[in-house]
Amino acid sequence: MQLSREALLRAYRQMKVIREFEERLHVDIQTGEIAGFTHLYCGQEAVAVGVCEHLDNDDKIVSTHRGHGHCLAKGCDVNGMMKEIWGSRDGLCKGKGGSMHIADVDKGMLGANGIVGAGAPIAVGAGIAAKIDGKGKVAITFSGDGACNQGTTFEAMNMAVVTKAATIFVFENNHYSEHTGYQYAVGTSGDIASRAEAFGMKVWRGDGTDFFSVYETMREVLDYVRVPGNGPAAVEFDTERFFGHFEGDPQRYRGPGELDRIREMRDCLKNFRKSVTDAGLLEHSDLDALDAEVLEAIEESVRQAKAADRPTAEDVLTDVYISY
Amino acid sequence: MAKMMYRDAVVSTIAEEMERDENVVCLGEDIVGGMGTPGGPEAIGGIWSTSTGLFGKFGADRVIDTPISESAIMGAAAGLALSGKRPIAELMFADFIGVSLDQIWNQIAKFRYMFGGKTKCPAVIRMAYGAGYNAAAQHSQAVHQILTGMPGLKVVMPTTPADVKGLLRTAIRDDDPVIFLEHKALYGVSGEVPDDPDYMIPFGHARLSRAGQDVTIVSTGLLLGFCEAVADKLAAEGIGCDVIDLRTTSPLDEETILDSVEVTGRLVVVDEAPPRCSLGADICALVAEKAFASLKAPPLSVNPPHTPIPFARELESAYLPSVDKIEAAVRKVLSYR
Repeated sequence: MQLSREALLRAYRQMKVIREFEERLHVDIQTGEIAGFTHLYCGQEAVAVGVCEHLDNDDKIVSTHRGHGHCLAKGCDVNGMMKEIWGSRDGLCKGKGGSMHIADVDKGMLGANGIVGAGAPIAVGAGIAAKIDGKGKVAITFSGDGACNQGTTFEAMNMAVVTKAATIFVFENNHYSEHTGYQYAVGTSGDIASRAEAFGMKVWRGDGTDFFSVYETMREVLDYVRVPGNGPAAVEFDTERFFGHFEGDPQRYRGPGELDRIREMRDCLKNFRKSVTDAGLLEHSDLDALDAEVLEAIEESVRQAKAADRPTAEDVLTDVYISY
Repeated sequence: MAKMMYRDAVVSTIAEEMERDENVVCLGEDIVGGMGTPGGPEAIGGIWSTSTGLFGKFGADRVIDTPISESAIMGAAAGLALSGKRPIAELMFADFIGVSLDQIWNQIAKFRYMFGGKTKCPAVIRMAYGAGYNAAAQHSQAVHQILTGMPGLKVVMPTTPADVKGLLRTAIRDDDPVIFLEHKALYGVSGEVPDDPDYMIPFGHARLSRAGQDVTIVSTGLLLGFCEAVADKLAAEGIGCDVIDLRTTSPLDEETILDSVEVTGRLVVVDEAPPRCSLGADICALVAEKAFASLKAPPLSVNPPHTPIPFARELESAYLPSVDKIEAAVRKVLSYR
């Protein structure tokens, strides 16, 4: 394991921020104060963080319908995120995007997406731009087992290969596309990566509930794609979704005891804690201190979101090209 | 002033802007042509000859020939635009918007607003539209009424080579997404074009192509020439027509339309798209709302019938608003009392 103590603490903190941010949303949404649809990423933190810890602001990511984790892992401001989801005027997108449409281009975060499968072609464009610039930067598109069945994803994979775009297709198989199992919906017996292989891409696979598996696999993928001329690559991570498709989804499609089992056995935060403490790299007390710090930061973000200015009717007409 | 064809105004403007700004890149199906064939690159140069020579001059990084994948082309344009480039994406036929609509409508058009105004998306989407080639229902449509109805897009419809030059340059230098609609039956039309390398026409400024006191005719694209023919014919009878070429449907130059109608009191809108929810309906409503007191006759819209576009020559001619149909509409508003 090559990670420094500092890097380990940072990775854990990033995953914990996503977890607590969303666990708190899960509670607050039930009060009815937060409007709209919210799709939680909890359980998949190791993927977002294991990927984004390798990136800087000049590397781009294009996110999904379930985008909070990617946004936070790519460096979007926690308070700005919370305010946006609460619809505040000084949210990251001025309350105009909301949960499904958060972006921060300065951080290389090109947008969550309300349309499943829409992100992959955008990442091809960003990957072509990276190729043209020749500085070894990359564009990453996250797609779930739902998005992998959209034609856009197929078009994007082929076009990335043809144009040798510096694009990485990260497939997060969390086993459910909305309310339907991947064994049913992904026709290649649930194997997404083999599709990318069929398009001529080099392919990797990893355990998306294990930060170290994601991190090390992504190091290899990035070493490959950052070489000018190599073109795109794909990686599939097997992971878990702790909550339903959307907040309020009663998850009747889950098997008996399934959620308890994955919370117990496949929680990337628990697994991280166990492996670093077993290996003597960090103490439980180090992580406990971080837990307390993150909880306070999330509490503060909610305090700020609740106190923040609400948008006014005049704000409807800003940031448009033409008002009629 | 140089004389050039509409299609040459397209390719020369793109070349000049690519020369001026290294961030301008082109992408589309067969914009190079011949990739992966024995004949090799530049065997085609774009099916409308609107990218001829660009590949040889700027190379494969900036003139990107794509597979037939309209969603991926529009999505790539979005990603390029969000990454500091200024893409010019060609959709070979405007009819193909359906294939790529999510990327145009839900992505490109919405980024700036949805992301709180912090994002620029300087993408130009060029497409050939319109009837006149007997290409029938899936290769002849005028799609401006669909795209004009989408907030977040600017929609440009040049009629003359000079307008192609001035409007395309404005589109490429604009930080927001622009739909640039080229009428396929106008590609071979010639006209004088200003030589100024910074010649630009601002969006939302219509052009008065004929001036008169008696009736206002609003149109754009191929049918503008039909309107001018009617105006010239009526001028011989002492009837004066204001013929307004909109040039952009969004933003719409309401002022020029309303100023004209306030003088003439009579309005005919001639539009190549189907009648329901059309440009004609929109402008007639605008005038009814804002210049009602000036009206001496009910405003009229001349559109094709509400049918898909037919194939046979006789049928396509019957489908399109003709000079005779436009003249009849003008005489009808003139005769109203």
